[in-house]
Amino acid sequence: MPKTHVTMKVNGSEVEGLAEPRTLLVHFLREQAQLTGTHIGCETSHCGACTIDIDGMSVKSCTMLAVQANGCEITTIEGMANADGTLSPLQEGFRMMHGLQCGFCTPGMILRAHRLLKENPSPTEAEIRAGISGNICRCTGYQNIVKAIQYAAAKINGVEFQEAAE
Amino acid sequence: MIPGPFDYHRPASVGDAIKLLADLGDEARPLAGGHSLLPMMKLRLATPAHLVDLHGIAGLKGICRDGDRIAIGAMTTQAELLASAEIGQALPILHETALLIADPQVRYRGTLGGNVANGDPGNDMPALMLALDAAYRLEGPNGAREVAAREFYQGAYFTALEPGEILTGVSIPVPPAGHGYAYEKLKRKVGDYATAAAGVVLTMAGGKVASCVISLTNLHETPLLATDAANAVIGTTLDDAVLKAAANAARAIMQPASDARGPAEYRVHVGGIMVMRALQRAASRAK
Repeated sequence: MPKTHVTMKVNGSEVEGLAEPRTLLVHFLREQAQLTGTHIGCETSHCGACTIDIDGMSVKSCTMLAVQANGCEITTIEGMANADGTLSPLQEGFRMMHGLQCGFCTPGMILRAHRLLKENPSPTEAEIRAGISGNICRCTGYQNIVKAIQYAAAKINGVEFQEAAE
Repeated sequence: MIPGPFDYHRPASVGDAIKLLADLGDEARPLAGGHSLLPMMKLRLATPAHLVDLHGIAGLKGICRDGDRIAIGAMTTQAELLASAEIGQALPILHETALLIADPQVRYRGTLGGNVANGDPGNDMPALMLALDAAYRLEGPNGAREVAAREFYQGAYFTALEPGEILTGVSIPVPPAGHGYAYEKLKRKVGDYATAAAGVVLTMAGGKVASCVISLTNLHETPLLATDAANAVIGTTLDDAVLKAAANAARAIMQPASDARGPAEYRVHVGGIMVMRALQRAASRAK
C-alpha cells in the first residue's frame, strides 16, 4: 500500500512521517515519533491504556488511524510534565497517593484525567469514577487512582487536599 | 492487531463521498466514528478495500432546532449530544441514553449516525429513534430520501440503506413539554452492549397515562416497538398489575439470542423488568 505523508503536532513539536492508511495512531506515535509512553493494552478499544489527548478529546489511539490525525494537536504522557521538567499536579498526585503499582495503565489514566479536569475542574468522586470508566487498571488500584486525581484537582484549584476517611 | 490493507479517502462533501462510494462499489465502506468498524477490521472480520472517511465533511455535524423538530447531523458525536443544552432541554432521553453508551473516550469519537446506520442490534440509539419516531435522511447516487426509523431496520446489520447510500442526518420530533422518559439498560459492565434495555416516552394526564411508546434494545435482531405493551398502560395509573401486563406483552415479542450476556430465557426475563422500571421512572418524571 502506498504511504501517506502525515504531519501532527505532538507535545508541542511537529512530527511528520509516512504512514500506511492502516497504521493505527498508537503505532505511529510509538514507532515513528518514538514516544513509547503511550501503551498498547487490549487492542480492542476497551482498556484505555493507549488514551491520548487529541484536539481537546480523550481518544483511544488504537482505534484511530494515523492518517486521521493529520494536522491534529496531540498530548501524550511525554508532554505532561511542567515546562521546567517538574511533575505536573496529576503526575505528582499519582506519586503521592500511590496511584500506580505496575504502571501499565498510568499514561492512559493520566491523559484521561487531564481532559476530565479540564472539563470539570472540581469533580466529585462519582464523577471521577465515571470519567475514568474507560480505563482499566488490572492491579485494581482504583481507590488510589481516584485519590490521585482528587489530589491533582485540589492542587490545580489551589486548595489543600483533604484525604477522605477510609 | 492491525487492519488489512485498504485505500483511505477523505472527501470534503457529501456529493464527493457518494460519488466515491458509487465508483468504488461493494469494496468501499463509509467510516464514521470508527468504533465499530475499526475494531472489526483489526479482527479481520471486516476487510474493506476502501474506507471513505466522513470526518472531512463539515456539513455533517451539528444540532439544530427546526420548529417542532430537532435535526442532528450524522457525524455529531455522543459527546457533542451530551454537551448540547438544546438536547438536554428538548430531548432529555437522548442525553440519558448517550451517557449509557460505551465510555468517555468512545463517546468523543462515536457518532449518532454511525450508531443508528450500522444496524447492530446491540446499539442503543436505534430503539430510541423508534420510540421518538425519528426520520433518517439517506443520500445516494439517485438523490436524497427520508425513511422513518420505524421502517429502517430489517435484520441484524440489514437496513433500508441501498448500496452507495449514506445516512446524513436524523430528524426527531420534539416530544411534548412535560413528557416523561426513561431508558433502562442492563449491562454487565461499563462499555458493554445491553443484556436488555427498554426506552419509554409517555405523557400523563390526571394521574393516568395519556400516551406511551415503548421500545426495546438487543432483544431481537432489530430494535423493536412494543406496541401491545404500550397500549396496555394507556388510560391506567400504572399499578402493579398493569406493569406486569405490560412487561409480559413486551416479552411476547422478544427473541434475543443466547450469548455471553445470558441465555435467551434470562434476557427475556430481564427485558420485562427493564420495561417495568422504564415505565415507572418515566411516569415519575412526567408533569
